[in-house]
Amino acid sequence: MILTAEDITAIGLSLKVALTATALALPVGFAVAWLIVFKPMKGKVLLEVLINLPLTLPPVVIGYFLLLLLGKNGWLGKLLTASGIEVIFTWKAAVIASAVVGFPLLVRSIRLGMESIDQQLIEASRSLGASWFDSLITIVLPLSLRGIIAGSSLMFARSLGEFGATIIVAGNIPGITQTIPLAIYDYASSPSSTTMALSLCIVSVVISVAVLFLHEILGRQLDRSSGL
Amino acid sequence: MKLHIEVGKKMGDFSLQVNTDISGERVGIFGQSGSGKSTLVHLVTGMLQPDSGEIFLDGECLFSSRQGINLSPEKRRIALVFQHAMLFPHLSVNTNLLYGYNRCRPENKHIRPEALIDLLKLQPLLERRVRNLSGGEKQRVALGRAVLANPRLLVMDEPLAALDDALRFQVIPYLVSVGKEFSVPYLFISHSLTEMQLMTEKVLVVDNGRVSEETTPEQLARKRMAQSQNGYLNFLRLTDPLLQNGLFAYPWGENTLFISDGTENTESLFELSSREIILFKKHPEAISARNLLDCTVTEMFNSDGRVGVVLATQGKKLVAEIVRSAAEELNITTGSTLFAAIKASSFRRLG
Repeated sequence: MILTAEDITAIGLSLKVALTATALALPVGFAVAWLIVFKPMKGKVLLEVLINLPLTLPPVVIGYFLLLLLGKNGWLGKLLTASGIEVIFTWKAAVIASAVVGFPLLVRSIRLGMESIDQQLIEASRSLGASWFDSLITIVLPLSLRGIIAGSSLMFARSLGEFGATIIVAGNIPGITQTIPLAIYDYASSPSSTTMALSLCIVSVVISVAVLFLHEILGRQLDRSSGL
Repeated sequence: MKLHIEVGKKMGDFSLQVNTDISGERVGIFGQSGSGKSTLVHLVTGMLQPDSGEIFLDGECLFSSRQGINLSPEKRRIALVFQHAMLFPHLSVNTNLLYGYNRCRPENKHIRPEALIDLLKLQPLLERRVRNLSGGEKQRVALGRAVLANPRLLVMDEPLAALDDALRFQVIPYLVSVGKEFSVPYLFISHSLTEMQLMTEKVLVVDNGRVSEETTPEQLARKRMAQSQNGYLNFLRLTDPLLQNGLFAYPWGENTLFISDGTENTESLFELSSREIILFKKHPEAISARNLLDCTVTEMFNSDGRVGVVLATQGKKLVAEIVRSAAEELNITTGSTLFAAIKASSFRRLG
């Protein structure tokens, strides 16, 4: 197995992008799942369709939309440029692409966790003097922890594999925005680099297996400590 | 406790319209499932918002559509006990118990955890996991948790419906004693007449989203005597039995009752159907029933063609049920003296 300095940067960047995207999406995903599960509101179907859209859209399409939105002439892009923030073709763009693509998976898992919470548990906590926020933190959060862990692992893994949207908004710049999948793509296009490509594939497999193991271990620990 | 409810709520095809004043410490809300009992509870606790109207508890406004007041559930200080205990599964028994107590303002903390844990005999359960508790234990913890929140009002929504008969009658004394000991007024919601008789002093009958009747459990039981499967149920709390010839002899006023289904426990609760009591005008010389009581008729009431005969015997009271023709034939009137025969096997032990 051979890894060049660039490969190691790509691995580091992949992990950094996936971690940042997951960490940023987590509180938002939790809030959105909570809204969908517990708040009666109009237009819920529309919200669900919007959230799940990235799951069915080709990632390239998402990437293109993001490019339009965040590019120099996009309305968000203009705002960002005005405040001196450069996003397109930086690692931040890769984070945004990963966050958007992985978000539906995160929300889905958290939602499943929340839906399994008996409404009466929340009513009980409210009647015992807990405000809605208190009840959210002391009852809903711990009881949906399983869904949160599952969703985070899924999203993290999905971010590691993100290709289509990333290549459009962040490009494929070695050392700056090149993540593992993009590096493999580069290697795959030159016939002499099979070994290099394979090495990165093995790294991908190792990371994925590690994530799945971590998910299982955390889940089991949770079972033991909470008695669920 | 004084509760003023004047609310309307429409939910799909069902509409609830209640306008009533409830006062008392042990009030029952009685009705079949789907009658609107639970909706009413949700409106009072603040889990549901009425379409219009107002709710006052002890003079404080909880909800008023006119004044735009809708106090959130945690500010109402009305604690709930559900059909299923609804203990927080991720917390220990002890943390569950203190959940409400820790959120209670210091000036409202009248009930101390130690006293309650003592009364409900929760000490051995404190360090246990919630999932390792039995149904009855869970319900005791749920009751303790609600009472420790030091509520102004305790609302129990079918708290015994999920328990089997034996457990149910084990839990009832706890419910009663908690209310009494800590003077927490309660609303007790149930579809069981027996529970109304054992738990409440006043009953609101809810039917099809309306309060159809305000009565006492005694009156309700009398009224339903004819339709009810077991007639009117007499409840006897008996203590200190002696074993005599294979039967348990319980002192009851000045009488002694012989009961097959007794236990050596110092205290037991028995149920005796009004239909299991046979009345004699004269002393029957030889009779197989083990209990023959000398009684005076203090009152008679009518229930759909059946006659309820209230009997006084040595300072105790029983209700027997006979058909009208029997009442006429025996010429039973208030003040008549009669003999009541009850088989030793007619008493059903509840707990």
